[in-house]
Amino acid sequence: MNQRTAGLLLIAPALAVIAVFFIVPLGLSVHGAFTDKAGGFTLAHFDKSFELYTTDMLFTLVIVLLACVGIAAVAIAIAGYLTLGEHERTKAALRWLYRWPLFIPFVVTGQIMRTFLAKNGMLNHVLVGSGLIEPLAAQSLLDWRGILVAFIWKQAPFVTLLLAGAMASLDVQHIEAARNLGAPRWRVLLGIVLPQVRGTLLVGLVLSFVTMLSVLSVPLMINPNSPTMMTVDVAYRISTHGDYAVANALCLISLLFASLGAWVYLRHAVQRAEEHAR
Amino acid sequence: MIGGLGSRAARLIARALTIGLLAFLIFGPLANLMLWAFAERWYFPGKIPQEFGLAFWGRVFEPRGGAVQSLVTSVWIALLTVAFCLAVAVPAGYALARLKLPWRAAILFVFLLPQAIPNLPIYVNIARMFYELRLNGTVHGVVLVHAAHGLVLAVWIASAAFAAVDSQLEEAARNMGASPLRCFATVTLPLAAPGLIASAIFVFLESLDEFTGTYFVGVPDVTTLPLLMFNASMGGNYQIASITALLLLLPSIAFMLVVERFLKADVLAMVGR
Repeated sequence: MNQRTAGLLLIAPALAVIAVFFIVPLGLSVHGAFTDKAGGFTLAHFDKSFELYTTDMLFTLVIVLLACVGIAAVAIAIAGYLTLGEHERTKAALRWLYRWPLFIPFVVTGQIMRTFLAKNGMLNHVLVGSGLIEPLAAQSLLDWRGILVAFIWKQAPFVTLLLAGAMASLDVQHIEAARNLGAPRWRVLLGIVLPQVRGTLLVGLVLSFVTMLSVLSVPLMINPNSPTMMTVDVAYRISTHGDYAVANALCLISLLFASLGAWVYLRHAVQRAEEHAR
Repeated sequence: MIGGLGSRAARLIARALTIGLLAFLIFGPLANLMLWAFAERWYFPGKIPQEFGLAFWGRVFEPRGGAVQSLVTSVWIALLTVAFCLAVAVPAGYALARLKLPWRAAILFVFLLPQAIPNLPIYVNIARMFYELRLNGTVHGVVLVHAAHGLVLAVWIASAAFAAVDSQLEEAARNMGASPLRCFATVTLPLAAPGLIASAIFVFLESLDEFTGTYFVGVPDVTTLPLLMFNASMGGNYQIASITALLLLLPSIAFMLVVERFLKADVLAMVGR
């Protein structure tokens, strides 16, 4: 038996699992979205999806894109300070701090934010207590803002970890040369460091983008009423109406959103894996 | 000079304030959860609970509370998932790292695909498939869903772990007459073990924390800890929800604190959930 056959045999079970549990359901999703009750081709499920849920589609896109912007800002700021900062104790504190939410599941993040951002939550108590807002101005943030905060809180540490790792492996000579020429730190970060780790930032953001698109628990717990995210609509179509057709159409539309990001990511990842193999 | 001192002091204060703010944003939500977990009574507009106590802990852990049952179910599902994933991922990871494969790029693509598409359509349609196979609401059905999700992760980490083993050591063993299998069992496997353990922990945690797949496939008979938490929270029972959330937090945070002993950032880059 040659090496190629052996390799294929070893990898076959894993490929089979992916085929049965990803490729087949994906095919079923496409099939279900375009098929009417009699088994013929139809676009009616898409018409109905757009008729009922256009607002939610836009809501979903805006929330997820805003979250990506927020995640990028936090990750660049923290990873940048960890790379260029000069105050060792601040760096140590930062490094210890930022990672806590890293492996906390979304469903727990949802519960945590439900208590923290509520009208009677700790955020409002602290804002009122420190005199930053009037007691009457305290309001519940459990709407689109809550989803946004939950997403950034949960995903920013992951992207920061990747970005800080990439920045740490950069050649320090360029950075020091620019510093010696008197460039301020933020310009070194944005002009010299960031362009070199663009790929890593991109991968982190795309993975976050795709992940957030399919999170059900956070919007369900923080903001279940319309306008809300498409995942909630999918769950609602299924659990209340048993309507898999529209649910699948909605799923395909969110797949379309993801495919843009996914295409960027897959190209980058396959390139890197090929380089790795060489 | 005085201006220099002043600006240094200002910078110090700015740094302290920033760190303080960040600490509040990270630990504030966690602290709020702790307060709810130990609150006996907490009515508006109390800033902190009017009464602390452990009565709700008793309720969570008594048989009717369901937490013990859910915990056992969750851990059992996670263990089965790990066993299934490793059995499939270890050979695949080895082949990816060590053997010449035809259609290598296509295979890599297939293993990246599940990460790059939203999971919801997958879960929705697996639930339909399982409904016909009578796997809905069974532990086995949930294990299969978790395993399919964890497998991608496991294959990538296992492959990275095998790739990191020095192939000269394997060649030396072969030159001294060890069979391929013996060489794998006595040289390659022990050297790759830390990475494989890391992948097992990852899969275990993923399974323990998984919500969406269980929500669609597990209902109504399989209640894992995340589902119990979700139901309590949606039912307005914040104490029960917070206590369950705390149980789920502990392994996640423990893993966060030790993860770098097992994995470097470049392997983590492959992981991204």
